[in-house]
Amino acid sequence: MSDDNKTIEMEVLRYRPEQDREPFFQTYEVPFEDDWSVLQGLQYIKDDLDSSLSFRWSCRMAICGSCGMMIDGVPKLGCRTFLRNYHSGKLRVEALEHFPIERDLVIVVDDFMEKLARIKPYLIPKQVRKLEQGEYLQTPGQLEQYRQFSTCINCMLCYAACPQYGLNSGFTGPGILALMHRYNADSRDGGRDQRMELGHSDEGVWGCAAVAYCSEVCPKEVDPANAINQNKMGSAIDYFLRFVRPRGATG
Amino acid sequence: MSAQSGKRRPYLRPISGWWKRDPYFIRYLAMEATSILIALYALILLFGLLRLSQGEAAYNGWLETLQSPLSVGLHVLLLLVFGYHSYSWFKIMPKTLPAIHWRGAKVPQPVITRIGVAAAVVLNLLVIAGLAGVQP
Amino acid sequence: MKRSNEPVFWSLFGAGGMLSALIGAALVFVTGIGVPLALLLSPDLMQYQNMLAFTQHWLGKLVIFAVIALFLWHATLRILLLLHDFGFRTGIGTKFIGNGLALLCTLAAAYLLLALGS
Repeated sequence: MSDDNKTIEMEVLRYRPEQDREPFFQTYEVPFEDDWSVLQGLQYIKDDLDSSLSFRWSCRMAICGSCGMMIDGVPKLGCRTFLRNYHSGKLRVEALEHFPIERDLVIVVDDFMEKLARIKPYLIPKQVRKLEQGEYLQTPGQLEQYRQFSTCINCMLCYAACPQYGLNSGFTGPGILALMHRYNADSRDGGRDQRMELGHSDEGVWGCAAVAYCSEVCPKEVDPANAINQNKMGSAIDYFLRFVRPRGATG
Repeated sequence: MSAQSGKRRPYLRPISGWWKRDPYFIRYLAMEATSILIALYALILLFGLLRLSQGEAAYNGWLETLQSPLSVGLHVLLLLVFGYHSYSWFKIMPKTLPAIHWRGAKVPQPVITRIGVAAAVVLNLLVIAGLAGVQP
Repeated sequence: MKRSNEPVFWSLFGAGGMLSALIGAALVFVTGIGVPLALLLSPDLMQYQNMLAFTQHWLGKLVIFAVIALFLWHATLRILLLLHDFGFRTGIGTKFIGNGLALLCTLAAAYLLLALGS
């Protein structure tokens, strides 16, 4: 067999709610080329082998965040993981851990979407400016305070990596808490107090056990573990100071 | 969700045995498990304090127990565990800190870990060296 | 959203974790290996009269109390977390028992140190 027609066995977790009681693995023999991603492998299966396979994808270039999946047990984006790295072996593809499976590799994202709205992931200006007053200005230094945390693409790999979310889905989870920090750390934003009601709770930063695997799997180097845990000290100080702070003062 | 709920039957996989998924989780649990032996060491000291308060004979009994091979073996294990605790403590520490800047550049997290570990090594050695100089 | 009480335990956890990371290994070596085997250290270091004098000095009391209490509070948070991680339902009850034991040991250490006088 020449290098041009290598094949790889892809074991894909299937689940068709109308006919399967529980998920099971189905193996496909996939011919591939060196520049094929796992997503392309799945597309080959859907186009040429089994059109019933369901999975989410869109941009194919690691920016839409749709094709998160467990690849050999590790949360990864299907589009930026290459089949050649798993060659001369099998490759196991499953839906993201900790989320209910809707069908095959498609997960139910309702919980994530609902929590995302809860942290108000948008700028809440300290002082609303009128159009004629111009833009909300910011220095490069102020931008640096949150830039890293703003690159999240909501791919949810960090949720599949977080055992604390898996053990207790009440926990807000890494990606969304990192986004909360992103807005709190923005010099133009004044919504910190509104967001920290959730932040100070057991469902907020205190639900994190600093496993930090979320930061390992993040494809955008957001480092959610850092975004969450750097808030613990502040949340703790606020916890104690509220007893001595004068009424009406804000911290 | 309710519009098509007739056909939807989301399947949630069990979480049991999650730590077997990745060696990363085993290291995390090892870090957490150091706490069991740290608690044990604190209890050994607390017991020593109790014996001390009960007089010389009681206290000497505690000292003798510390000399038994079993106790020395346990303390060698404790030494290793405390060493791993120091390392893992400073490994996770940069996650708990806001970005630190030095001469206009962000200090990389591994550097913070190395500084912490170095501080731990120096302080531990200072304690031992300081007490080695004491000749009561 | 109910505000978490975790800051109380987390602060003690952090203090104990830092203290044990910085000097824990040295203490284990001194009390468990060096002095019992007379390795690098004088075996008289922990002799009765010396330890009694140490515990009767306010600084000695403070050191011993900080080590015992903070190590225990540090360990308690992680032991409770381990139980949770292994799937035990750690509700209010488990936390009450765990933190209660740590508090009991803290009070015992304080009582013994005060009883040893100055």
